[in-house]
Parts: sequence; C-alpha cells; structure tokens
Amino acid sequence: MELVTLIISAIFVSNIVLVRFLGICPFLGVSKKTSNAIGMGLAATFVVFFSSLLSFGLYHLVLKPLNLEYLALLSFILIIASFVQFVEMFFKKFVPVLYKALGIYLPLITTNCVVLGVALDNINNGFTFLEMIAYSISVPIGFTIVLVVFSVMRERLDSLNKVPAPFKGTAIALITTALLALAFTGFAGLV
Amino acid sequence: MKKLNIVLEGIVKNNTTFVALLGLCSILAVSSNLSDAFGMGMAVILVLILTNLIISLIRKITPNDIRIPVFIVIIASVVTIIQMLMQAFTPDLALSLGVYLPLIVVNCIIMARAEVFASKNNPLDSLLDAVGSGIGYFLSIVALAALRELLGTGGISFTNPFTNSEVFNLSLFPQYRIGLFVQPAGAFLMLGIMLAVINAIQIGKTNRQAKSSGATVKKA
Repeated sequence: MELVTLIISAIFVSNIVLVRFLGICPFLGVSKKTSNAIGMGLAATFVVFFSSLLSFGLYHLVLKPLNLEYLALLSFILIIASFVQFVEMFFKKFVPVLYKALGIYLPLITTNCVVLGVALDNINNGFTFLEMIAYSISVPIGFTIVLVVFSVMRERLDSLNKVPAPFKGTAIALITTALLALAFTGFAGLV
Repeated sequence: MKKLNIVLEGIVKNNTTFVALLGLCSILAVSSNLSDAFGMGMAVILVLILTNLIISLIRKITPNDIRIPVFIVIIASVVTIIQMLMQAFTPDLALSLGVYLPLIVVNCIIMARAEVFASKNNPLDSLLDAVGSGIGYFLSIVALAALRELLGTGGISFTNPFTNSEVFNLSLFPQYRIGLFVQPAGAFLMLGIMLAVINAIQIGKTNRQAKSSGATVKKA
C-alpha cells in the first residue's frame, strides 16, 4: 500500500517537472514534436532506472561500508556519465534499431538533472531496495507523461499564429507550463 | 576596458537565464523566497569562480579527448566542498536548498562556462568571466524571487543565512497577496512574463533602430 502511495505521489503529486522543476531543459527543448517527446521519455526512463540501480548499489555496497558517504555526489555523476556513454556505444553496436530511435537523446540525458536528482533522492530519503525500484520507475514515467502532454499542447500552440510577438517561443511555453502545473495541483489531494 | 567587457557580457548581453536560457531548474525551484534565492545565487557564484579558475589553470595539461570527464570531476568536487561548507556554516540554508545544492553539478551554466570560456582563456579572464556570469545568474534568481515573494506574500523579508536573524521584513500589502506566485505554477508564470517583458523591450529597441536608420536613409 505504501508503495502505491509512493508511485502515485512520484508520478502526479510531486511531479518531477511541474512541482520539483527538474529536467526543464529537455522539457523545453525536446517538446516541439510529440514523436521526439516520446523518444526522450523512453530514453530517460531507461537511463534513470539503471543509473539509480547502479548508484544505489554503489552507495550501499561500497561507499557506506567504507565510510565514504561524502563521495556520493562525485561518484554518482561519474557513474551516470559513463553509463550513458556505455549505453550509447552498446546500442550503436548491438541494437541499431533502438539506437536510431533513441540515439540522439542519450547524450542530452547526461546533463538532465532528473537522473542525478533521482539517484540523490534515493539516498536522501533512505529508501529500501523495493522503494528505490518503484521510485526510479515512477519518476521518469511522470516526466514522460508531462513531456508528451506538453508537446501536444505546443504543437497546437505553434500552429496557431495568434501569439503576441514578445511572448513567442519560450515565454509562451513557460506560461503554458504554468497552466499545466496549475492543473496538476489538482492531484494534491490524492495522497 | 576589455576586462570590464568580459564581466558585463556575462551580466547583460549573455545573461545565462534570460538570453541563454541555461540552468532554469534551480532558477525556478529556489525562487519562492528572497533568502533562499540569495543563498543559491552566492553558491553558484562561488562554484563558478572556483571551477573556472581551476579549469583555466590546468587547460594546457588537460588532454582534449577527456576534457569533459575532467571538468565533471572538478565541478563535482568543488560543489561537494561548497555543500559541506554550507552545511557547516549555514545549516538552515543548506536544508532549505535541499537537493538543488548538489544539483549545481548538472547546472548547464557551470559546464557551459568551463567549455566555452575557461578551457580557452587565461586564469584572470576566466575569473572575470565567472564573476560576470555568476552575477548575471545571481541577479536573475534574486529578481525572480523578489517579485514572486512580493506578489505571493504581499511583503518581502530577508534572513541572514549565517546568524539566522531577520535583516528586514516588510509587509506591504498582505491582504492583497496572490498565493499562486509562491506555488510551483507561479514560478513558470513569473519567468514567462519576465521573458516576455525583456523580449518586448528588445523588439522595441530594434524597431526604433530600424526607424532611425530608415529616416537617415530617406534624408540621404
């Protein structure tokens, strides 16, 4: 039951983009087309899940027994950067179909604060292994949902030519996001 | 004069927030009140100065192929040090900045300045560039936070992070506050409006320039 609460809260109530403001760069950058948004969402889900798994393992199996907790940030960012690089090479060599679909999004993910944010959240919140798994899957799902919903809104927004000149581009995108965030506050009563 | 330009470029012309649109995560997240924004701005300035300086000092012995991982290690180490210092000297501020403090590591501003400027210029110029970009970030986040706090709570207050004593607390129009602005949605809304205002000023400027140059052409 607690796991269900955790999952719903991670996807909707404290949505990573709209409430916690992580991953704004890809959110604004890759949301111009729905197909790109889906690709980015899938790539992020994959990377977030596995890098959380790796950093969680590293923290509890290596850093904690050796009393090196203060190296968490440094080692996590290195793990994430090398993992993304490895995945890119692996896909290129063995799964070219997937590489074609997700390849261009992978380098962008290293600078995505969602990945490091989730890895740090797992440690700061003192999650157990099961909670960590649930959290690391539901956060990127929330990211994907918002990204896809927003890209659909943005496609309509760009095809309408009624936006006043100063608001064109990022300004109107941010204001649209504000409305979306307002809509998501409706989920606050869920948990 | 040229040195001054490096600083001014980062503050106005290449303002990381409003022109380059970098590092918006922390700008949006830590701008619900002035004190936190002030602390975050100072932390980013400090990190930026140290990373730019170190990266510029070792730019000649850093192999080009692995420069990005080298930068990442330096940035992460500096951020860890700053985080520990803040936990020791300003524990409440460190607590309220939460995960956004370690996330300075993935703030694109730091990486962008390292890659674009510090890896190619001498330490003094890199230091000035860091000061300029840092002040640009600081002013953006403080301006956004001041506006949000003013509209969201109807007043403005500032707490000294070292002693936790209130420096000033102005309650101007608490009965007319718009609570939305201190909520997450308000951050997006306010930043969107600020961007639009800056765009409008720029559009006005180019229009005036076009007009005046058009007039001179007619006269000629």
